[in-house]
Amino acid sequence: MTRLNSKYIPLIATALVMLGLYAIGCILYRNFFSLRVVVDLIGDNSFLGIAAVGATLVILSGGIDLSVGSVVAFSSTLIATLVRDGANPIIAILVTLLAGAVFGGLTGSLIQLFELPPFLVTLAGMFLARGLGFILHPQSLPIKHPFFLHFISENLSLPLNERVNWPFTATCYVVIFLIAVLVAHYTKFGRYVYAVGGDEHSAKLMGLPVGKTKIGLYSVSGFCSALAGVVYTFYTQQGNPASCVGLELDAIAAVVIGGTLLSGGAGFMAGTLMGVLIFGLIQTLITFQGNVNSWWTRIVVAVLVLLFILLQNAISLISGRLGSSKSNA
Amino acid sequence: MARERLQPSKNAWWFSLIWPVAALALLLLFNLLFTPGFFHIEFREGYLYGTLIDILNHGSKVILLSLGMALVIATAGVDLSVGAVMAIAGSVAAQLINRPNTPLGAVIAAALVVAVICGCWNGMLVTLFRIQPIVATLILMVAGRGIAQLITEGQIVTFTHPGLTFVGNGHFLALPFPIVLALGMLGITVLITRKTALGLFIESVGDNATASTFSGIDARKIKFFVYLFSGLCAGIAGLVAASNIRCADANHAGLFLELDAILAVVVGGTSLTGGRFYLAGAVVGALFIQTLTTTMYMRNVSADVAPVPKALAIIAVCLLQSPAFRRRLTSTFRGKPA
Repeated sequence: MTRLNSKYIPLIATALVMLGLYAIGCILYRNFFSLRVVVDLIGDNSFLGIAAVGATLVILSGGIDLSVGSVVAFSSTLIATLVRDGANPIIAILVTLLAGAVFGGLTGSLIQLFELPPFLVTLAGMFLARGLGFILHPQSLPIKHPFFLHFISENLSLPLNERVNWPFTATCYVVIFLIAVLVAHYTKFGRYVYAVGGDEHSAKLMGLPVGKTKIGLYSVSGFCSALAGVVYTFYTQQGNPASCVGLELDAIAAVVIGGTLLSGGAGFMAGTLMGVLIFGLIQTLITFQGNVNSWWTRIVVAVLVLLFILLQNAISLISGRLGSSKSNA
Repeated sequence: MARERLQPSKNAWWFSLIWPVAALALLLLFNLLFTPGFFHIEFREGYLYGTLIDILNHGSKVILLSLGMALVIATAGVDLSVGAVMAIAGSVAAQLINRPNTPLGAVIAAALVVAVICGCWNGMLVTLFRIQPIVATLILMVAGRGIAQLITEGQIVTFTHPGLTFVGNGHFLALPFPIVLALGMLGITVLITRKTALGLFIESVGDNATASTFSGIDARKIKFFVYLFSGLCAGIAGLVAASNIRCADANHAGLFLELDAILAVVVGGTSLTGGRFYLAGAVVGALFIQTLTTTMYMRNVSADVAPVPKALAIIAVCLLQSPAFRRRLTSTFRGKPA
């Protein structure tokens, strides 16, 4: 019973922090309690959220992906250059998604086949994707295609009332999130990821396809990053090789605040969603306050990350003691 | 790991240097053949000038960082916060030096103390709270630039104090002062790790912390020390960086230098799994990276594209060091599993 409960404690803590931050906002600022704030919260953080979905899977498996931000920037640039050169937007998007998945797959293969540390390989991936983006186009490239300028922002957004629209980027995030929940918690692949993160050696001994799972999940992470890049182009109508520096850190922070264990094997997709929303809430609060240095976002996020890691440690310590006292008795 | 242990210890300290030196030599050979004026060194107004001197000069920051990083990596850890610590140290120095009547010694001491405190913070998270090093130092990496911003109040703080500008721009014995500083730190680091038992302790903790504890080594103290030392090295590098451009830029000081430092250490033959470290290798690694960067600049490669060859270099070095890759390679050439 305690085992079952301790699994959910970080998730409950995350939910409390999220609701607490939202309540603080509603109490302090008059216009905070509105539909617009909630919609913007999801819409503005959609590409971070989608990137964080991939990061969650990788971290659940006990790995880490530092190439996320660069791949997002590269993908947005790739779409922008393809569309500029006359490609159909849909084809450009599909090519980009494929490129992201292949990139992730290559990273995963290096990690798996040659037993290299994920941290170092994805670090190289981060440099590589960043540089490749600049080779495609050396600076920000606006996308002038009507598909991006009008179709996405006008035809695909849903009006909720006279003044607030539900943006397409938010729809993308919600759909990806639901798929991710299905994959992580209700498919074989998801179970494999948890098993590899729990104990890779045991997973191998149980006969699970550890290698395929690892390569697969890095390629899913690359795909998610590419998709985040696609959503970035919807959001900003440009491709920018210099954008999203440090997005991987934000994504990792969101995953950790969402209660996923950094050593792998435990955590929930829903936690990451709340982690992303907490990240967004802090930014929104600072925007509402107006006179606070925006760098406080980083500091507050870092403090939250630390608190959640300490909470995890405390839980594993306590449940470990409970478990051992039980087995002694 | 076990495989490495079982091999006879044929490695004298210079043996580990063969690969990094070969890589550096290859790069220099390329420049000798294809980049005109690369080896030109001039003696002007009592100082040495030339591309090679520039490489040493600009590489000194990475050398400083890689000394601390090598020790941290030897304990199977990693310090991602060094870039942010550089920014913090630079901000502290720039803010203090602009106050009237502050002695230079106090300013430098204050900046280094703050950097050491940052290192202690990392050390505390790793030893006391047992957080994995990547994550523990990630916290300061994320928060550090924010802290530096708060210290500089969001401004780029410039200074003109001749003493502080000397750190990054002065000359000593005809050489730029950062080179002398880096060499001095290298000397000190070699002295405290190789002439005392400390180096052995660090390697033993990195190899097997539990076994070290049972044999009477306080693994926590050793780990705490390496993060503290890494903080100190980052502080010195931060002073050099701020002094170089005569201002503290909280956003860009030391940005991505942690990656260069890790790369330098890995190129230098130190394995990320810990248990061994090669300071001379790390220095050669740092010079290799700086030479690579300078080569690209001299060949008109844009600074933004420069990460691509760097990334390929990382992957190549990692593959060459990977036992799995070597196994595959040897079995391909011999036609049967080795």
